[in-house]
Amino acid sequence: MARGREQHIEHLLRRAAFGATEEDVARYANMPYVAAVERLLTYDNIPDEVDGKIGQPGYVGVTARAANGFQPQANIDDARQRWLFRMVHSQRPLQEKMALFWHNHFATAYSKISGTFNGTEATRMLASKPSDDPDRVVGQYELFRQNALGNFRELMIAVAKDPAMLVWLDGRLNVRGRPQENFARELMELFTMGVGTFQETDVYAGARVFTGWNLARPNNGYYAFSYVAAQHDTDAKEFSFPIYPNGSRVIGGRAAAQGMQDGLDLIDAVVRHPATGPRLARKLYDFFMNETDTPDQALIQDVARIYYESGYEIKPMVRRLLTSSQFHEDRNFYKRYSWPVEFVARSLKEVGWSGFSLANTLTPLLNMGQQLFEPPDVAGWELGRGWFSTGGMLARMNFAAQLASNQKFNLRDLARPVGKSPESLLSFVLDRLTPNDYAPSAYNALLDYARAGISNWTGSDDQLATKTSGLVHLVVGSGDYQLV
Amino acid sequence: MAITRREFVRGGVAAFTVGFAAPAFISDLARAQGRAQRNLVILYLSGGNDALSTLIPYTDSQYYARRPTLGIPAANVLQIGSDRNGQALGLHPRLTGLKSIFDAGRLAIVQRTGYPNSSRSHFQGTDIWSTADPSSPSGTGWLGRYLDLLPSPLDPLTAWSTVRETPRTLLARTVGVPSIPSVAGYAFASPNTPTDAAFARDSALRIASHLPADQPHLAFVNSTAQGAFATLDRVAQVNTYVSTLTYPNNGFAQALRAIAGAIAKGIGTKVFWVQTGGYDTHATQGTNPANGAYTQLMATLGDGVAAFYRDLENQGLLRDTLILQFSEFSRRITENSSSGTDHGAAGLMLAIGGTVRGGLYGTAARLNPTPDNQTLENNGADVRFETDFRSVYSKVIDSWLGADANAILGGDFRAGAPNIL
Repeated sequence: MARGREQHIEHLLRRAAFGATEEDVARYANMPYVAAVERLLTYDNIPDEVDGKIGQPGYVGVTARAANGFQPQANIDDARQRWLFRMVHSQRPLQEKMALFWHNHFATAYSKISGTFNGTEATRMLASKPSDDPDRVVGQYELFRQNALGNFRELMIAVAKDPAMLVWLDGRLNVRGRPQENFARELMELFTMGVGTFQETDVYAGARVFTGWNLARPNNGYYAFSYVAAQHDTDAKEFSFPIYPNGSRVIGGRAAAQGMQDGLDLIDAVVRHPATGPRLARKLYDFFMNETDTPDQALIQDVARIYYESGYEIKPMVRRLLTSSQFHEDRNFYKRYSWPVEFVARSLKEVGWSGFSLANTLTPLLNMGQQLFEPPDVAGWELGRGWFSTGGMLARMNFAAQLASNQKFNLRDLARPVGKSPESLLSFVLDRLTPNDYAPSAYNALLDYARAGISNWTGSDDQLATKTSGLVHLVVGSGDYQLV
Repeated sequence: MAITRREFVRGGVAAFTVGFAAPAFISDLARAQGRAQRNLVILYLSGGNDALSTLIPYTDSQYYARRPTLGIPAANVLQIGSDRNGQALGLHPRLTGLKSIFDAGRLAIVQRTGYPNSSRSHFQGTDIWSTADPSSPSGTGWLGRYLDLLPSPLDPLTAWSTVRETPRTLLARTVGVPSIPSVAGYAFASPNTPTDAAFARDSALRIASHLPADQPHLAFVNSTAQGAFATLDRVAQVNTYVSTLTYPNNGFAQALRAIAGAIAKGIGTKVFWVQTGGYDTHATQGTNPANGAYTQLMATLGDGVAAFYRDLENQGLLRDTLILQFSEFSRRITENSSSGTDHGAAGLMLAIGGTVRGGLYGTAARLNPTPDNQTLENNGADVRFETDFRSVYSKVIDSWLGADANAILGGDFRAGAPNIL
């Protein structure tokens, strides 16, 4: 089955964005494919002005959960709504997509931070953007946005110093004599090299490396990274893998004042480690290309090669995937299991949002298994099939019903010119929602629904209100639509 | 090289044909099964429970020496006697509900459960306890393999997970286990009238019935929708359950209440999964203060389980029910500088139920970190296992589920099994 140009753009925008409105498709379809990819990748050329649209007519709504108006830097539910708003409306969608990727990769949960300090401080640490804050605090998620397609080594260093991470993995408490292993373990197991590439002794040594990488609150204004020399373990640390390019496995003893370099040396080592590039390449492959079939090892190896040759740059890795010939192959269409937030953002873009508030997505997303800023643990969400269970699928079907109900009259109005027959109505719905082609049995089930209970199809407003929303509910809630 | 849970889910499961029985079978199966049956409730404490704060060796001076701030004073523990080596032991002061179950002889505590070369990784550790296979912790779960041995077609409600993800313990080759985190939310919604909603449900079921062999990813997603349709009417019956007492108002206790409802309504489920988290207590563990973190964990655990136990007892269902508790590892003996504890090794398992032979099983570790101390490992840092956790599973499979433990566990662990049932 040959797919047309628009379908290739829609495929690109389901993967490198959060789906597309008809206007989005038209904009990108007007340029050569490579130019469309470059527009997505080089988003720095496009102004970051999406937040200015919050609360404006013509955009999906938000409903303040903070007591004194919409406070995304202080109230976590408002922060969740702002992120979802950006997913739906940003003109730099790949930036938001990669921020989501890093949020899962460096999975940090609000609840531990709010339990340690309070909800306002935790939201600030996670979601503040500099212009929100009197002290120009950069929340962890803004860090991910700033480095979304940047350098992995720089990102890893920034994450190691990130206040939310210092709370989440207890780095703030890691001091000489009684090291805290939490961060060092996950640095190796989850953030870079992966399980099976290191020993328990590396965890113990790694914890000592990061002693003194703590948290301070200068002038009581805000929490920030602070290297506390007096708390640093100055003895040598030995690892089972090379730390330095010359093969040395030992971080030598250093004076406390220079001890922060220990951590930078270890980060360099784990970023350079031969398991890290392939692991990141595979995660990006799964995220952008295909997570259901046997992976294309040659392509993954090539992406890993780019990681090392570029000095750990993420953008050329993603460019390699999106401009590969494989990306356009039919076998790679609809081969990702959408994450709940992707599903919600895409359905809003394809179904419509007029009169809909993102506050209404918060509980459904919880039921689908993805609450932003609350991953289940430091390994992130259980991706792929892990999203799908009877309860999780039912939550998706029921969100589809909720959105279709909310958009009932908008959909009716859109359907008026195409409501001549159940077939033409169904054709309109499928074109708007971009699922893969249904099997004949499923297509007939949709058509039978459109006809059911109507002895004489007239295309009246009543019939269109019921059956357009009903078909949108069924399509968005179908298994086929969950694949992107 | 070890396989992570994530890699497994992406790769390994694709080889399985996970599906749900067709709805037509369901009502007959449920009727045939009736209500009188044995229920197994797996209770997972997520994050690695600090066994030395759950069951306290309050006469071991090394316990207090190594835990200067976290040690629970002997005067506060709920004394439950001594193990066979004469080590006096007490439950955490907040476990008053479990203490009364212990006193009734229906709580078995198996000390120092684990396995050789204990993993300190949450993810690998959980996979090992879930698969019962330390050498290759991927593939199906131990209870998934039990489900696979039951006659097919299997009623999809044979097992019920109260969390949103299907835990690996329940991962089976032949059946998808439904996740039902909220009974009330487990229903089919529609944007239109009830009449049109019925048409929509019929259509949605037909769409979900498409399980193409050449598109296993679509077949898998559709099978979860199919499973929802096959189970939601019976689950709705649990909505009308009236418990005999009020459960605590938290997610864990409410999940136990739903399980009690499912047992009382006789909807046919044999295996339940429930979990409660927050056990990864690296910092400010709060074992002692009235509102400390670990004290809160014990309150949630003890009060929830006690409510469930009393509710079932009041309904005469206690003898039908067995609760089996585990956690992925226990924690380091010596507290860290943040008044917390890092990842350790062997921990404890609890078994609770109307036919449980209550008491203390196994022996406590001696906590002196000297080289001759064979009850410790990792240079005296962690507790070494004494009872292989698979022997406990073996006992449960043989004596409670009535299946063949050796077939399910892929080996014979009966020899060391504590006689808890």
